[in-house]
Amino acid sequence: MSDHGATRAEVCAVALAECFRGDGEILASCFGTVPAIGARLARLSFAPDLLMTDGIASLVADVLPVSGEHAADEPIVEGWLPFRGVFDLLWSGRRHVIMIASQIDRFGNHNFACIGPHARPKAQLLGMRGAPGNTVHHPTSYWVPNHSPKVFVERVDVVSGVGYDRAAAAGPSAQRFHEIRRVVSNLGVFDFATPDRRMRLASLHPGVTKQDVCAATGFELVIPADVPPTRWPSAEELRLIREVLDPAGARQREVPA
Amino acid sequence: MDKRTTAAAVVAELRDGMTLGIGGWGSRRKPMALVREILRSPVRDLTLVSYGGPDVGLLCAAGKVRKLVYGFVSLDSIALDPQFRRARESGAIEALEFDEGMFQLGLYAAAIRLPFLPTRAGLGSDVVALHPQLRTVRSPYEDGEELVAMPALPLDVAIVHMNRADARGNAQYLGPDLYFDDLFLGAAKRRFVSCEQVVETREFTQLGSLHTLRIHRGMVDGVVETPGGAHFTECPPDYGRDEAFQRAYAAAAKSDEAWADFHERFLACESEAAYQDALRAWRTDG
Repeated sequence: MSDHGATRAEVCAVALAECFRGDGEILASCFGTVPAIGARLARLSFAPDLLMTDGIASLVADVLPVSGEHAADEPIVEGWLPFRGVFDLLWSGRRHVIMIASQIDRFGNHNFACIGPHARPKAQLLGMRGAPGNTVHHPTSYWVPNHSPKVFVERVDVVSGVGYDRAAAAGPSAQRFHEIRRVVSNLGVFDFATPDRRMRLASLHPGVTKQDVCAATGFELVIPADVPPTRWPSAEELRLIREVLDPAGARQREVPA
Repeated sequence: MDKRTTAAAVVAELRDGMTLGIGGWGSRRKPMALVREILRSPVRDLTLVSYGGPDVGLLCAAGKVRKLVYGFVSLDSIALDPQFRRARESGAIEALEFDEGMFQLGLYAAAIRLPFLPTRAGLGSDVVALHPQLRTVRSPYEDGEELVAMPALPLDVAIVHMNRADARGNAQYLGPDLYFDDLFLGAAKRRFVSCEQVVETREFTQLGSLHTLRIHRGMVDGVVETPGGAHFTECPPDYGRDEAFQRAYAAAAKSDEAWADFHERFLACESEAAYQDALRAWRTDG
């Protein structure tokens, strides 16, 4: 498959970076290690205008690694973005977020709030956080490091991030800026480029079959006749991931080889 | 007017069933000394309004909370406050959960005396579906958009923690983010600031830029000087989060026995001074 053996985590990082292609000068926000590597990789290569924060209140001009001795270096600060500014910015639409999904359904409804009924959950997870607002204001993508029928479910227990059917039911104001761009898992890349906005298998990570994906998915995916492989990392991308962005290999803990 | 007061006097204003807003964000610059004073008081059945951190966890664990109105509850370096998790999973509290941004608009609406503010946030999500009391509103203009009418979140009392304040109630934050402390104060009938240090008014502009003076005395009814008063949350640049203590807090929540020990050692203290002593002893002896 490869003449420069990339790991699954590295394939995922590139697929996550690709989510930001063409986004221009907007804020790239991420949760999870591999999405953070992906966004930084995009910024260092094909999406140099992306804005990024230090996770506190500063916009940072340089790209720091997610692991290793320089991960905690002082960044070059290019702007101030306290939380009030974050809300203004996300409501303006100039942002693309990658959130982790604990559950996601065929229309991209997302849950990381809780498992079981909201009134008295079996398991309290993160809560709604900003997912309801994010999803109706600016592009949203999702990251699933452990693709399984427990995550890709027939029906999410609670809708934190709004999917296509729920946005349509809520009306034009919910749909106006709504875009679930992509779902990247450890098995493949998925989008909603179907007439009824059902989730479609867009590409398979090298070494993964359609059967693997279907067996790990709790609903019926749209599977095109020809599914391309997920883009293989270039030699330069692998160098950036391994030597610059994640020298200590934090990505391997999120997506085992 | 000299507004300096004590934590005990602030908490004496709380009545059972009141709505209390707590400033800060997650495990960041929380008015923890005032929260600890509430733990020592008999007050109960509070409606808490917070971008929650350990303030929420501690008050839930002490049975002080009837209803929680929140954007989230997190310890930042630990994703979820374990006492909040327990309170939710046991059904001990009523939960009114908003999207983080909606929550801000609710405080802002209360602060500027509007019944609601319109927003797209919440549309299509279970924030709206789970709370039938939430209404939508239609734009009277040509766009005709139908938006969520985020209701005002008025507060009986608000407490926030700042780096510096003067005796008259002007207050200064020296860290990177005010969060929404001005809105909490603006939304409340009675408004209290705890601070690391009370300084002379003339010192403010030497300590920080004009932009750090977002809380003025017209917004504040009382000032409590309480060094270390945000512990174990962060209060930069005075101190960072006490991660070791936060881990101990989270670990203690895992069993009733461990929690009883934690409570005995740190929460049953008769005063904030006794708490700070217990903390020093813990740092020395473990």
